[in-house]
Amino acid sequence: MLLIVVILTFGLLESASGDAVDAYLLSIGGGDATVAQALRQAYGLDQSMMARLWVYVSSLATFDLGWSIAFDRPVLDLILERLPNTLLLMGSATAISFGLGSALGIVAGAKPESAVDRTLSTVSLILYAIPSFWLGLVLSIVFAVQLRWLPTSGIETIASGKEGLARALDIARHLVLPVGALALIYMALFLRVMRSGMAEAWQLDFVLFARSKGLSRSRIVLRHVARNALLPLVTMLGLQSAAMLGGSVVIESIFAIPGFGRLAQEAVGGRDAPLLMGIIVVSAVLVICVNLIVDLVYAALDPRVGASESAG
Amino acid sequence: MRLVRNLIGTPEGAIGLGILVLLALVALFAPVLSPGDPLRIAARPLLAPFTDPSFPLGTDRLGRDVLAGIIHGTRTSLAVGIAAALAAIAIGLCVGLTAGFAGGLVDEALMRVVDAFQIVPSFLLALAFVSVIGASVPVVVIAIALGAWADPARLTRAQVLSIRERDYVASARVIGTHPVEIALREILPNALPPVLALSAIIVAAAILTEAALSFLGLGDPNVVTWGSMIAEGRNVLRSSPSLSIFPGIALVVTVVAVYLFSEGLTKTIGRGRRIA
Repeated sequence: MLLIVVILTFGLLESASGDAVDAYLLSIGGGDATVAQALRQAYGLDQSMMARLWVYVSSLATFDLGWSIAFDRPVLDLILERLPNTLLLMGSATAISFGLGSALGIVAGAKPESAVDRTLSTVSLILYAIPSFWLGLVLSIVFAVQLRWLPTSGIETIASGKEGLARALDIARHLVLPVGALALIYMALFLRVMRSGMAEAWQLDFVLFARSKGLSRSRIVLRHVARNALLPLVTMLGLQSAAMLGGSVVIESIFAIPGFGRLAQEAVGGRDAPLLMGIIVVSAVLVICVNLIVDLVYAALDPRVGASESAG
Repeated sequence: MRLVRNLIGTPEGAIGLGILVLLALVALFAPVLSPGDPLRIAARPLLAPFTDPSFPLGTDRLGRDVLAGIIHGTRTSLAVGIAAALAAIAIGLCVGLTAGFAGGLVDEALMRVVDAFQIVPSFLLALAFVSVIGASVPVVVIAIALGAWADPARLTRAQVLSIRERDYVASARVIGTHPVEIALREILPNALPPVLALSAIIVAAAILTEAALSFLGLGDPNVVTWGSMIAEGRNVLRSSPSLSIFPGIALVVTVVAVYLFSEGLTKTIGRGRRIA
């Protein structure tokens, strides 16, 4: 599957008119044809497309993602350097949005069509419609520009010389706004999925049975209805991981966080095909990993999944 | 017609449809509402909003009328959103129909391609595509459609798989109907409703993706878009935040309207099924 991703992206980037050498020559103010020829030879850009695809795929097998032309460094090093920031951003945004979203979803779904449910549903609908980059801008206008509570950009204070806990706190302060912008929107999504799952679960036979047994309402809500509605939420988490990775590109650009997404933007600016290619491949690997974890969690939450697999 | 009446019967559908019709009118009559090129310099730069009656929302850093930009931006947002969603659904229907109906190796191969498109973040794909080909409205539409067709394809295939075993398809096969005719006349119309319900969500996502792309400077430079207006306003975010806020509000209102419309649609289709 990953191979298809590689071939498709390769084909896409191949169709570009003008390559990285053109962009590089343009940025240094032009150069003659022999320089361009020598550069192309050095990067292997003068060979046929199939030959280069073969070289790329075979070096990929040894975790070699090629050489970034714009940065003049190995692509893998660049990506590994930026990835922790993005993982931190995405990880905390996922944790917060999943936790808050499912909790509020339980509150809303505990009594479908009640006033609380209606309010939460409306708010989440509007939140979900807000583009993440605009929410990021508005949050930074309010909290960083007007109130001056939080820093506007960056991942940590530059050259502050902070170590250990102080540094961690500094990074956390820088992350509040970007994580907030990303988490609020996904919280709305998780809330809606949780709420509709719960509304459906109320109609199911085992819930009717639990009610007829005279179990307390809170026990039914938490142990029977919510538990059942949690499963689609976990599926959603896997499905949304790709979208969240894409969303972090824009958020990182607003808050000037040196992460994976900003790297993608820089690769676009420098027409750096190997880097862009590496970014897409690594993000596909990330999404596959997240989905693998989600599957494992799913099997742990829902005993039916594991049982049917071992039987088959 | 009954569908529209039922749709207006639900509060979500009525509000959503109302706002969308209003936006569509604004988009259609943009040249009448605000004549001339919205990118031209109209007044002195950074005019504050609500001060000059002829420029109610003020002007930007270059002295361009913000209201004119928002009116003309409606055109781009709606057009790109709807075109990209139509393209995505068309591709998705074709692929899903072929995969589900043909089965076997064709199905296997097509679904692996769908998998591949689903694991690549669609925004990164669009970003790469636009930067490689160059930014113009058709390219942006294709870029967004590329990242959005996989979901409708999967849904269509699932529908086709459940429909193709039904009795009326079998009887069509028995009387010797051509397979292509069965696929198009018997299966497609019955597989369509859930895909259409998904389409509103795809339009909303496409509008948001277009805005994000043009926010990052990857939109068509010759067309006003809300995303590029927000990006432009970002340069003077500290002194005049309203430049970024107004186009953002326009975006949110549009997307909320599409969501409301889609909720109303889902309810109406669901109710129609229950009656039938």
